[in-house]
Amino acid sequence: MQPSIAIAAPAAPRPVAAADPKVKSSIRNLNFYYGHLQALKNITMDIYEHAVTALIGPSGCGKSTLLRCFNRMHDLTPHTRYEGEIRLYPDDVNIVSPDVDPIEVRMRISMVFQKPNPFPKSIYENVAYGLRVRGIKSRSELDGRVEAALRGAALWEEVKDRLDEPGTALSGGQQQRLCIARALATDPEIILFDEPTSALDPIATASIEDLIISMSGNVTVVIVTHNMQQAARVSNYTAFMYLGELVEYGPTNELFTRPRQQRTSDYLTGRFG
Amino acid sequence: MASLSPPVTVTRAAAGIDELRLNVARRRRWDIVFAAVGLLATSVGVITLLALFVDLLLDGYHRLTPEFFLSYPSRRADQAGILSAWVGTCLVMLVTAAVGVPLSVCAGVYLEEYAPRNWVTALIEINVSNLAAVPSIVYGLLALGLFVYALNFGQSILSAGLTLALMIMPIIVVATREAIRAIPHTIREAAYAVGATRWQVTRDHVLPYAIPGIATGVIIGLARAIGETAPLVTIGALTFIAYLPDPPFTSTPPFVSFDWLWSGFTVLPIQMFNWVSRPGTAFHANAAAAGIVIVVLTLVMNGFAIWLRYRLRQRITW
Repeated sequence: MQPSIAIAAPAAPRPVAAADPKVKSSIRNLNFYYGHLQALKNITMDIYEHAVTALIGPSGCGKSTLLRCFNRMHDLTPHTRYEGEIRLYPDDVNIVSPDVDPIEVRMRISMVFQKPNPFPKSIYENVAYGLRVRGIKSRSELDGRVEAALRGAALWEEVKDRLDEPGTALSGGQQQRLCIARALATDPEIILFDEPTSALDPIATASIEDLIISMSGNVTVVIVTHNMQQAARVSNYTAFMYLGELVEYGPTNELFTRPRQQRTSDYLTGRFG
Repeated sequence: MASLSPPVTVTRAAAGIDELRLNVARRRRWDIVFAAVGLLATSVGVITLLALFVDLLLDGYHRLTPEFFLSYPSRRADQAGILSAWVGTCLVMLVTAAVGVPLSVCAGVYLEEYAPRNWVTALIEINVSNLAAVPSIVYGLLALGLFVYALNFGQSILSAGLTLALMIMPIIVVATREAIRAIPHTIREAAYAVGATRWQVTRDHVLPYAIPGIATGVIIGLARAIGETAPLVTIGALTFIAYLPDPPFTSTPPFVSFDWLWSGFTVLPIQMFNWVSRPGTAFHANAAAAGIVIVVLTLVMNGFAIWLRYRLRQRITW
């Protein structure tokens, strides 16, 4: 097995954020079902704080399903069922427990979707919406946090003079950064990215990737991507999933250069997927 | 070999292209045939409606004077007017809209956004769709039993408005649900993902984006109700009314009055029906004139619905 030759791995994979990283969330024996179909099989892994964790694998491997467990998006679909635990620290609450209100979870963990999905409202209202649903009405607080979020999403300079224009009038890459601003505005503990650049051109993709790398100092990021180079570029840790199982999980540079599992190696070298 | 092949290719291509064109022409014929049949089918409806309307115009045009709108019905055809009828229509529509629109929109939103996907919901959905197909006279019978007698509302504007509200509910419910379904699921997910509750998603996103479709359904429903006769005959609309209900606004506090709800009434289509059933061509001219008013009213409402949908949709893009 000579994986390093065929993998389009980065010359210098991103170093892990800290020598002894803190665990932000622990997935323990997580199973997930759509009706009778089991989409996730006994997943156990830790998500590290202020790091970028990438979930990779072929279509249908369950990577998006796993991501959507983190903010209980599956609760919107009937006949879905979680088993096991996703513990969120520091308060050690099991966020997939039926006793935990999904709205509480979504207030702590926000999400950026595959296709940019701004509301057909103004740029300002798009970013402010997460704050408004929490009942924040003070104009000065909203103004400040909208600006901070737009700066955090590297969009402020481009839109500061037209905050009243519809968010849907922006370009695709700008729309996705607007969605990132919307996710940042509520000051989440974790941001989930579900293939955030799959609908974007290479230049817009690069700017989103830079953004993800820069924000990871302040927030924990989990990103699903079908693009292995992207995982290698932006993530500190990578999990390879296949058929609903977690095959291999480790620091990105190790997984890409010295995969321990044959299936990981086969996927990385393009033998399937 | 290379020097031999070009002429061969050319002749083959020439023969091939003729055959190809013949083939295309043969298949094209059916395009033309269907276009002709389709045009004919479309014209049947449009031309018939147009002919009816022109006929109405010719018969009733000379009766459309200001006095016609300001006079009560009369034994003398040339002095009869539609004052009580159009006032009655307006008041009945007011009740229908005030009751029917909120009920139907709530029902549509509930079915689409809140209702659990189970057999009870499925049963309700089938029933709502079927209600649209129930003949209006059946609504009249139901209303006679329920509103007029059981609830003792009498043969009043209130009973009539409630009856028509029930009748147009399925139309508005279906329009509401279709409008809601057209909202991309990704927009809802975006709202839920920042921690919105179901009600917040409904109030801030689903309803605002569905308004164009809902408004269209409301107007089409009301336009349908305006021309409705059978259920109102059943609950006992009067055909000869020479007075107006109490005005809804008064000069003394509290400035609004609801006495009109209990008043007897007639509406345009019933007035028209009454005139048609009379012997003598003079009354038939009155009927035609009332018919013109109803047709113009519904056309204007439908036109407004189209305009409204166009205007409101311009503001919403995904």
